[in-house]
Amino acid sequence: MRASEKIIEGLLWLSAVITILITVGIIWVLLSESISFFSEVSIIEFLTEKEWTPLFADKKFGIMPLVAGTLLTTAVAIAVALPIGLTIAIYLNEYAHARLKQVVKPMLEVLATIPTVVYGFFALTVVTPFLQQFIPGLAGFNALSAGIVMGIMIIPMISSLSEDAISAVPRSLREAAYGMGSTRLQTSFGVMVPAASSGIVVSVILAISRAVGETMIVAIAAGQQPRLTLNPLVPIETITTYIVQVSLGDVPQGSLEYKTIFAAGITLFIFTFVLNNLSFWIKKKYQEKYD
Amino acid sequence: MTNSEKNRLKDKAFQVFGIFCTFIGLVVLGIFLFDIILEGAKRIDWDFLVSLPSRRASRAGILTAWVGTIWILLLTTIIAFPLGVSAGVYLEEYAKKTKLANFLEINISNLAGVPSIIYGLLGLEIFVRQMRLGSSLLAGALTLSLLILPIIIVTTREAIKAVPRSIRDGSFALGASKWQTVWHQVLPASFGGILTGIILALSRAVGEAAPLIVIGALAYVPFTPSSPLDEFTVLPIQIFNWTSRPQEAFLTNAAAAIIILLIITFMLNGIAVYLRNRQQKKIKW
Repeated sequence: MRASEKIIEGLLWLSAVITILITVGIIWVLLSESISFFSEVSIIEFLTEKEWTPLFADKKFGIMPLVAGTLLTTAVAIAVALPIGLTIAIYLNEYAHARLKQVVKPMLEVLATIPTVVYGFFALTVVTPFLQQFIPGLAGFNALSAGIVMGIMIIPMISSLSEDAISAVPRSLREAAYGMGSTRLQTSFGVMVPAASSGIVVSVILAISRAVGETMIVAIAAGQQPRLTLNPLVPIETITTYIVQVSLGDVPQGSLEYKTIFAAGITLFIFTFVLNNLSFWIKKKYQEKYD
Repeated sequence: MTNSEKNRLKDKAFQVFGIFCTFIGLVVLGIFLFDIILEGAKRIDWDFLVSLPSRRASRAGILTAWVGTIWILLLTTIIAFPLGVSAGVYLEEYAKKTKLANFLEINISNLAGVPSIIYGLLGLEIFVRQMRLGSSLLAGALTLSLLILPIIIVTTREAIKAVPRSIRDGSFALGASKWQTVWHQVLPASFGGILTGIILALSRAVGEAAPLIVIGALAYVPFTPSSPLDEFTVLPIQIFNWTSRPQEAFLTNAAAAIIILLIITFMLNGIAVYLRNRQQKKIKW
């Protein structure tokens, strides 16, 4: 009896510890291939070179164009998702009837369950042709459409996390504001949003992290031309798209071109790792403010 | 206009803007879905479902893609379900408040935030190359299992947390051991919640294309897989491939395949919501 209890506990422990092995595996895989990459390409060139052409005859290994593409699509996505998501959070909390909130929240979650390849299809075949009617210079592949669609996808992420943060603000603060004769708008922006600011910041950081790692939307709609630009109207390439592009081609395993996807991967991993841990830190630091 | 009237007007204006924002996403989604159905529905027929891929759009079908998707779903469930639930049970019922438990928790939150394409790189190196599984169904399912493991662990823990202390105390008082209590009381009581989490995790896995592309799954597989070691494709990869082609006819195929993929995704989510509601109604502690 005792022995079998111990064995079961050991097995359960093992399954929990596997999650650590996954992290170790990710870091080991990214590091070992990247180290081998950086033994052939200097890290200075990687960080300062302004062109990324590992698949061409004249090879240049500057990650900056890919980073710029990634940040550009992310910026467009956040520019769409933050105002809309935050407004939804305030509206549902301060204005909407409780019953409307109950109906709307799960409906918004549907936006997050649609596969990203489907969003990519929308961006390429619906949003880009639509925008081209107003923006004549818009290329068939561009950061703008991909970013907008990505923004729509992450609306529920910002709205639901911000809504949680706002509804966690103590009633007394809200009632004090109303007691002083504030309108709902003044209460929202003067009291509730500042009081919930750490939670709202966390929601935005997590949304950024999600957008940085998003792959299929940008792979379909944003193009495959690494370009150091902040112009959202031309084709660009993100870190994730580059990894997909190489994976689809037949680059021999173990070659320098093959190792580039791990160097790109570790860059992406560092971005999301820093963003995620920043969000945990903020959450932990400000969590018990009102307890 | 007095100050107070102005403020009231601004308040009303924001209310209208709030309604606008709340529904803009859903309206856009509605337009997208309408557009997809308009373009794709006419292409869906029996032949489309049972035909192999082809270079000619009008003859191409999604047989290999949906069979691959079903395979991946089954294998991923078999791998991720026991692993994720065990880890969740350990963390919620067994783990003491040690540094290791704390580290495990932070680590799992971190894993949940790792982009799916990074899991693809992990799978490529470990499963495809080191374990020599090649670009097989098994390598794909293992990769996706790691991807959804954090989701399953988190939802399992939440479901177990909802089981009241008194149930465990009652079981211990009758002389049951720790594991007997977990197996006969805690897990049955939290099963609905666990199942909901697993189905939601699977609906995430079913739409993933990026990690599978990285491990080498390709759109063109001329036969349906018959063992876990066969090469494969899945619906999202087939959709990606057709969307990347310039010919209009392939876009129609992609729209049709999207309808099938969305039906699968919505069905999984529907089951999960149904289970959650039933669970909430059934149990009142």
